[in-house]
Amino acid sequence: MDNVYWEHFSHQADIGVRGIGPTLAAAFEQTALAMTAVVTDPALVAPTESVEIACEAPDDELLLVDWLNGLILEMATRRMLFSRFAVTLDGHRLRATAWGERVDVARHQPAVEIKGATYTELKVGKTETGLWFAQCVVDV
Amino acid sequence: MDLSQFECVSDYEWRIAPFGRMRVPAVIYADKALLLEMDQKVYEQITNVAMLPGIVKAAYAMPDAHWGYGFPIGGVAAFDPDEGGVISAGGVGFDISCGVRTLHTGLKAADLAPIKQKLADRLFARIPAGVGSTGKLRLNAAEMDAMLRGGAQWAVKRGYGIEADLDRTEEHGRMPGAEPDKVSEHAKHRQRDEVGTLGSGNHYLELQEVIEIYDAEAAERFRLRPGEVVVSIHCGSRGLGHQIGTEFLRQMVIAAPGYGIQLPDRELACAPLDSPLGQDYLGAMRAAVNCALANRQVITHLTREVFAEILPGSHLTLIYDVSHNTCKQEQHIIDGKPRSLFVHRKGATRAFGPGHPALPQDLRDIGQPVLIGGSMGTASYVLVGTEQGMERSFGSACHGAGRAMSRHQATRQWHGSDLVRELASQGILIRSPSLRGVAEEAPGAYKDVNAVVEAADRAGLARKVVKLKPLACIKG
Repeated sequence: MDNVYWEHFSHQADIGVRGIGPTLAAAFEQTALAMTAVVTDPALVAPTESVEIACEAPDDELLLVDWLNGLILEMATRRMLFSRFAVTLDGHRLRATAWGERVDVARHQPAVEIKGATYTELKVGKTETGLWFAQCVVDV
Repeated sequence: MDLSQFECVSDYEWRIAPFGRMRVPAVIYADKALLLEMDQKVYEQITNVAMLPGIVKAAYAMPDAHWGYGFPIGGVAAFDPDEGGVISAGGVGFDISCGVRTLHTGLKAADLAPIKQKLADRLFARIPAGVGSTGKLRLNAAEMDAMLRGGAQWAVKRGYGIEADLDRTEEHGRMPGAEPDKVSEHAKHRQRDEVGTLGSGNHYLELQEVIEIYDAEAAERFRLRPGEVVVSIHCGSRGLGHQIGTEFLRQMVIAAPGYGIQLPDRELACAPLDSPLGQDYLGAMRAAVNCALANRQVITHLTREVFAEILPGSHLTLIYDVSHNTCKQEQHIIDGKPRSLFVHRKGATRAFGPGHPALPQDLRDIGQPVLIGGSMGTASYVLVGTEQGMERSFGSACHGAGRAMSRHQATRQWHGSDLVRELASQGILIRSPSLRGVAEEAPGAYKDVNAVVEAADRAGLARKVVKLKPLACIKG
């Protein structure tokens, strides 16, 4: 199996997003991609415009929620979807660039709007195979 | 869920005696079948709620309860500020003051039939729905604050509705105590052009027909007669509420240990009601309640415009507007004494019984209309609040069917286009910007709303008045 990927997991009312990668930063990037996939197929989103995001939190788990909520704010206020991410971490400080484009309802067929990233099923850590994973449920 | 975990008080009431750090019992109102189907997470979450400081009487779960965030969705809990009670951003949820309002159209289903398609198309064109949609209103900073202070009253003053609408809205359309300066610039930015938008997910605008009457007296008082058409609108405080929820949840998670609060689950993040953070959240949350009330009021106005274009002279009157994600300061009688409590309802509808002073004068003797939304394709209900409900759940009832299946499972099982065709063959028109969204909201992904409402009625939380059948649904 690939060592960089994302997946969804079930939550009764909403949906869980999980990113996996060789580094924590890569796992964070994949979690963001998983979040885009809640709304639309990420392959349909052209990475033509970029947005910078920075955040800081007391621990890795809160940092993941802050990162996703930072993206949700940009998605909501710029009416954008993102499909490419570059995350750098310095302790519990995150700097990132997200690339994407404005929502095109006909082309993206966005299923649902994301209200916020939650602390439910929030976990950041290492898998049995030594890869990093980062996950939480998002409210839609 | 394993029934041996409960003490069966009656066929519709299941009790969990306090254990561990629980301060009060937890109670689930449901029939056996609903309880068996409920996720074990509901048990965990409702017992966690019972551990929070200052909780009064019991932590309650409604018959539609399902796995939520911290609180189960369908959770009710009241806190006393004089006993160290807390306010929880998770106990209100992200979609602050999400709710339902229902309007009379004065039409019979037979009159609607020839214009149904046109009406559905026009409503879909006029009312912004789905991801990325914006409303026509764009609020500057001063207007934003006026809206956050004024709620539906602000909207009516700006010409979006009539004074009579306010009589039939909780808090007379305006939640007092809102503090727009406690709402962040990010939250206001998210809302700038979202006033009068439906949102997505389970939000909708539906044309419905009254198909069954259970309580003739209450139905007559609500002017709900067989064969008549009503419009129901389900939506909330949009981006502003979501952002307030996000920001205060984070602050409360970080601040809780400093207040000496041990959180059984981070999502239960809360702050003492008398703390600066608790007070700030209260001010911001109340502003978000006003945002939701304004939003439903503006959508009502747009709906009336569409009706007037197609049916000149039509007159849509509001039956009632309920919110089902809130925390409200209310007086309740506990052990014979009135106490002022902060009642959290997360996915639960306020259901005040007869005689309550908060009810409009002309409905006070009968009780509050309780609007229960179905899911596209299934029935909705109107119930009425009861005296028993005041005792049993702080005057609260269920809010909808409640999900039985995740979105993921739903998309594996159904295709949006098949569903649209199938529902059309049942006479239900669906208009939505996203077929995947339709699949995720498939009626089969929800619990049986009939069983949920029956359980709420039998448990004495609220009494069934009428059943509504969907005719057309504008889906966000």
